[in-house]
Amino acid sequence: MPEHEVVEHDVLVIGAGGAGLSAAVAASAAGVKVGVVTKSLLGKAHTVMAEGGVAAAMANVDERDSWKVHFADTMRGGQYLNNWRMAEIHAREAPDRVKELEAWGALFDRTRDGRILQRNFGGHRYPRLAHVGDRTGLEMIRTLQDHGIHQGIDFHMEHTILTLLKDGDRVCGAFGYDRERGRFKLFRASAVVLATGGIGRAFLITSNSWEYTGDGIALAYHAGATMLDMEFVQFHPTGMIWPPSVRGILVTEGVRGEGGILVNSAGRRFMFDDIPDNYRSSTADNEEEGWRYVTGDKNARRPPELLTRDHVARCIRREVREGRGSPHGGVFLDISWIKAKVPNAPEHIKKKLPSMYHQFKQLGDIDITKEAMEVGPTTHYMMGGIKVDAESQMSDVAGLFAAGECAAGLHGANRLGGNSLSDLLVFGQRAGKFAADYARQNPARTFPRDQADDAARRALLPLERQGSAEGPYAIQHSLQSRMQDLVGIVRREEEMLAALDEIAALKHRAATVGVPGNREYNNGWHTALDLDSLLTVSELITRAAIERKESRGGHFREDYPDKSPDWGKYNIVIRKGAAGEPEVSRVPVQPLPAELQQVIEENK
Amino acid sequence: MAEAVFRIWRGTAAGGQFVEYRTEATTGMVVLDAVHKIQAEQANDLSVRWNCKAGKCGSCSAEINGKPRLMCMTRLNELPLEKPVTVQPMQAFPIIRDLVTDVSWNFEVKRKIRKFSPRAADAPDGTWRMAQADVDRVQEFRKCIECFLCQDVCHVLREHKYFDTFIGPRYFVYAAALEMQPIDKENRLSDLRDPHNIGYCNIGKCCTNVCPEEIKITDNAIIPLKERVVDEFYDPLRMLFRVFK
Repeated sequence: MPEHEVVEHDVLVIGAGGAGLSAAVAASAAGVKVGVVTKSLLGKAHTVMAEGGVAAAMANVDERDSWKVHFADTMRGGQYLNNWRMAEIHAREAPDRVKELEAWGALFDRTRDGRILQRNFGGHRYPRLAHVGDRTGLEMIRTLQDHGIHQGIDFHMEHTILTLLKDGDRVCGAFGYDRERGRFKLFRASAVVLATGGIGRAFLITSNSWEYTGDGIALAYHAGATMLDMEFVQFHPTGMIWPPSVRGILVTEGVRGEGGILVNSAGRRFMFDDIPDNYRSSTADNEEEGWRYVTGDKNARRPPELLTRDHVARCIRREVREGRGSPHGGVFLDISWIKAKVPNAPEHIKKKLPSMYHQFKQLGDIDITKEAMEVGPTTHYMMGGIKVDAESQMSDVAGLFAAGECAAGLHGANRLGGNSLSDLLVFGQRAGKFAADYARQNPARTFPRDQADDAARRALLPLERQGSAEGPYAIQHSLQSRMQDLVGIVRREEEMLAALDEIAALKHRAATVGVPGNREYNNGWHTALDLDSLLTVSELITRAAIERKESRGGHFREDYPDKSPDWGKYNIVIRKGAAGEPEVSRVPVQPLPAELQQVIEENK
Repeated sequence: MAEAVFRIWRGTAAGGQFVEYRTEATTGMVVLDAVHKIQAEQANDLSVRWNCKAGKCGSCSAEINGKPRLMCMTRLNELPLEKPVTVQPMQAFPIIRDLVTDVSWNFEVKRKIRKFSPRAADAPDGTWRMAQADVDRVQEFRKCIECFLCQDVCHVLREHKYFDTFIGPRYFVYAAALEMQPIDKENRLSDLRDPHNIGYCNIGKCCTNVCPEEIKITDNAIIPLKERVVDEFYDPLRMLFRVFK
């Protein structure tokens, strides 16, 4: 192997979405040298797609809100499998992080008295989401990006990490390549923060872009870290379904927050038909009360369209399966009906949901101010991921931190909308700060060259096989369709066992994948190299899902359709065993301290 | 729908040519879908940069039938499919490979613009009070997805190659967003005059015409900035004051 280019940082952040940028800014502010690696250009990560807002109990719109209510909402939404300490830290610190964004130049929508406006969202008791129309994520990533570029952070755009480097039990850097020219690069670092986001590309229908192949989860798993809650994948209830080319693209929950209703082919608001017991007391039982809620009546209860995402997604699936779906296999989401209630409704809708209006008009020939949208569930978010320490975000591997979607714990079995952007800010910042501390106290001194050479050799194999072997796109597509069919929104034991066989077979195919061309910006090569992460996370998801024999949150099993109090006592963790096989085990959920139990009781 | 013909530019900085591909055009398809289909089935190593596929990240900028556009937001049914559809990389930036260009210059330019600098907080809790109307004006500029199509089409960059002395429409929008930010106290007018040379812009509105976010770049960002620069540096009365000061 020729010499690799070497780059040195104290803290290396992998990923440049909201969590990665927050971590980089915090680490840099702590006075260490920071590098950020991102598969895309800066500012393109999936955080830009986040629409609804960032959840933070600032109580600007409803003074009854507080961190305690936010904490209780998050725990209820997560069906009490959450790491309670993360949920507490998140609820307590989110308001400060939002204020910090404003101090860095973010411009949120305002209340009449000039403060940050907050909107209603599924599972949140009070209007809590700070937002900018329906492009909150763009505002957030741009603010962090524009702040970060003046902090002396080094950005390595369009780079992919192939492996983490370890010196004994600790992390000491990472090894990857630049996508533009295909040159290998060795990143020396005393601490590494993983902020690689989700795994949506393991499924066929997803709101995620090509980037979300679970790289961080796979890197950490292979480096010996523990994975937590891998069975909990969030299928967002409302993705676009027609035309085929836009299938999966997200339709923000904000549409429902602004009064949008879900109806079936018979015109019935079917969400009133099935309201879970633990939400019955806080959910409207008639349409009129639901409307009052979305227009700000503090005495009204929320409409059932704003129940948690797992529940809404399953109700939609039920309507479709029982023959009451829309022409293209979804249901109708209608915001245009508010013209009966609001003067000048089309303008109001365009103002509140500008990018939704734009998206449907341009890609679907639908004017959402005049007609209903067709929507159906789409793979959206990974609740599970790398198990981390609640305070510091360090994984089980010394010097390896994780934040945002690739980390696990905060959301339990189901994430509430709006809790992702706040997660990125709160835990991104913590990961950056603690990684900087760790790097300062434990500088890495040895950087094993053989691990890098080994990764480089393996990475070049698909190019050496060239076009004679099977290409990567066919393998990727097979995996996505098998995961969609066998480990999707409704799961059964025998199907998941079949999925494990399929994954094993796909691993064999991936081991002989070939791509034409050379190393320069070769999408085929990149796709071939991403297969390893995709296959790893797919297997971990499937194994955890087989293990959990109940239905809870994002994990629904047709063969065990009920929630089991017994299973509510355990989280599922997976580690890589000595022989390289995943070892699945159960660990007891950490018991809540009495005062937080009290908070939950008070907010039931 | 029927078969469509795509002429996609393939090559590197050293040179290249259009290569013809035939593929099925189906309902609702956008140009990026066609490029992906060709990539998956006929040309695995075809280089294309993309991300969200919903017009929100600004990664898939290219020139389609000669017009700068996002591939993910260009529907096939709005193109004349009886003729081949040409897809080529943005012409103002250096080619990396196929449809991918080196846009790193843009990221360097941004660093040169004076950063946001807020006035002291309005409230004891460290927060500010702003009116929605004041925020609205800036939010138009904050919609920018940094696709750089406006930079691609701007003749000062595209034809005259003034990359060293001109920041381009994207960064006038960026500067306008900062200048009109209700709580920002920095002044960027001197920089805008020189070295950013806003004066080179002759308000041809090519940038406005290609903006996928429909930001009125020329009318709402560049012209107001030009007016502020003129007021600050070329107002005869102020010049007189400066002489006698």
